[in-house]
Amino acid sequence: MDIHEYQAKKILSNFGVTIPRGGIVYSPENAENKAREIGGSRWVVKAQIHSGARGKAGGIIVCNTPLEVAQATDKLLGKKLVTNQTGPEGKIVNRIYIEEATDIEKELYLGLVFDRSSESIMVVASTEGGMSVEEISKEKPETIIRSKIEVAVGMQNFQARELAFGLGIEPDLIRRASDTIIGCYKAFSELDATMVEVNPLVISKQKQILALDCKMSFDNNAMFRRSQVSELRDKTQEDSKEIFASDRGLNYVSLDGNIGNIINGAGLAMASMDMIKLAGGAPANFLDVGGGATPEKIVKAFKLVTMDEKVKVILVNIFAGINRCDWVAEGIVDALKKIEIKVPLVIRLAGTNVEKGNQILKESKINYIEANTLEDAANKAVAALNK
Amino acid sequence: MTVLVDKNSKIIIQGFTGKMGSFHADEMIKYGSNVVGGVTPGKGGSKHLNLPVFNTVKDAVNETGADASILFVPPAFAADSAMEAADAGIKICVAIVDGIPSHDMIRIKRYMRRYTKSSKMTLVGPNCAGIISPGKSMLGIMPGHIYKEGRIGIISRSGTLGYEAAQQLKNLNIGVSTSVGIGGDPINGSSFRDIIEKFETDDETDAILMIGEIGGPQEVAAGEFAKENMKKPVIAYIAGLTAPKGRVMGHAGAIVSAYGESAIEKVEILKECGITISKNPSVMGDTVKKVLEGK
Repeated sequence: MDIHEYQAKKILSNFGVTIPRGGIVYSPENAENKAREIGGSRWVVKAQIHSGARGKAGGIIVCNTPLEVAQATDKLLGKKLVTNQTGPEGKIVNRIYIEEATDIEKELYLGLVFDRSSESIMVVASTEGGMSVEEISKEKPETIIRSKIEVAVGMQNFQARELAFGLGIEPDLIRRASDTIIGCYKAFSELDATMVEVNPLVISKQKQILALDCKMSFDNNAMFRRSQVSELRDKTQEDSKEIFASDRGLNYVSLDGNIGNIINGAGLAMASMDMIKLAGGAPANFLDVGGGATPEKIVKAFKLVTMDEKVKVILVNIFAGINRCDWVAEGIVDALKKIEIKVPLVIRLAGTNVEKGNQILKESKINYIEANTLEDAANKAVAALNK
Repeated sequence: MTVLVDKNSKIIIQGFTGKMGSFHADEMIKYGSNVVGGVTPGKGGSKHLNLPVFNTVKDAVNETGADASILFVPPAFAADSAMEAADAGIKICVAIVDGIPSHDMIRIKRYMRRYTKSSKMTLVGPNCAGIISPGKSMLGIMPGHIYKEGRIGIISRSGTLGYEAAQQLKNLNIGVSTSVGIGGDPINGSSFRDIIEKFETDDETDAILMIGEIGGPQEVAAGEFAKENMKKPVIAYIAGLTAPKGRVMGHAGAIVSAYGESAIEKVEILKECGITISKNPSVMGDTVKKVLEGK
């Protein structure tokens, strides 16, 4: 789960990370007042969407008067911002963060992620803040320093100090810098985060160490014990079909193609998408109804896939195990009584009681194309598209 | 020798009296697995499915001599149950459950560092289909009848894609020595490398089919291990050619976040390690067959 910049800043400040003064607003009037309340003579108006690279997309505006702050807020609110991370449809701006402008002396990068090889938390830092970590590793890999943290004992002061010295921070600021790094580590480990990124982490002309922009992501599996974090979810930033799916226990990812998929199991779903591609088609979605593929889930899956107007063919591929094919077939027949399908439907069943399952489908009145293997299913789906 | 489980494995079910635990315990018993009891804290002393229920794993081990366990407890309690099994002297534990927080998985693995290699429990999963040695024992939730007895080892992150492979092999009259589902989470108990190493020394296995997917370093680590240490042929298929970068594809661990984690990159690296690639998921069986015939 992702959260907004202002939410991440608030969390990190609770762990001892210094952030510029700022506040969240929902209207231009609100924004003008907030700017006066914050004080100073320069402000930054920041569109809150779940994406990086907002600056290049025009989502960050520097202002010199409270009136300009109001105007900038008016310009951004309600707008869809398209960045290189949002996809062409962009993301809606419903919240604006107003922040005092910082006189920047130096921009640094600080990120924390799980390292799946060592199964520990990896801190990544660089002197080249402001660029994405991908750009840094491509263009200035020599500036990247890493520190692997043993989670059983947590981050030690010396590890934070080494990173701070490694970033070339002057001696007077080392203490502050290490506290900042340790604060980020604690936020990561105590809140079940999967990613913390402060980019840039800046040293101001006034010699403050400030988190100027930050991002945090959390482990969805841990939300049962992180109610305060889960409350920060902003559904307006998510794809509506993906919300529909996750609320119904389905795993769904919206894609660009036109062959809709209903499959049980994430691996089999990815494999079926690959077969569609090899057959010359393109999947409209990834959809895993779960290993069990219960009739209820199949009804929901058909609803979801038919919501997508791009879909010109639907491919159902179920490998039935403990749930038998005859049971799955009954679920499909039942679903099709409730939902009207206007596009060709290809069904491939495999596994337990496959003959019985196919017989149930044949004897029902549903209009479909039967497929036997993964390859057959993909070929028939692509062929149906071209008819 | 059989990898991980055999006819003699004495199995207990953790979360025995729940709906999932009951259903799959029954399936395992029908398959012929030697299930000797189960654990549900607070229900010790009672009987369930005609088998004894214990309050703690230690009690179950002391009374039944159990050496294998399978977890059907909810994700919030799964880490605790896995550590309890390790501490009670269980040798192999399968965690079926989907939804264990990554921080908890790390905690389990750190906890298990207190044991020496010979006394350390093997944890398989979570978010997996479990283990089956066809004709001998099933410590999992797979449909047992699709596995033919034979000499191919299967390791798969995905459950249903592992079934697909077993079915393709069966259609070609090729059997399986053991199939291990290692699960789709970012941090799991046993890696591809851990399991292929066991297959290399297993005299009932001739070749290994490894079914990977996008995300994480494990397929590559297994490939590098195989290149240096293995004599048996390894065949691999990697799912997720069409998966977009940075998106989680169903499995919490199926996300491309670094170089070497996409399907294309993994395939290239595995080829360099001398592994035969199944070019698509429909020919996993055929590819294994060709490798066997080429020998």
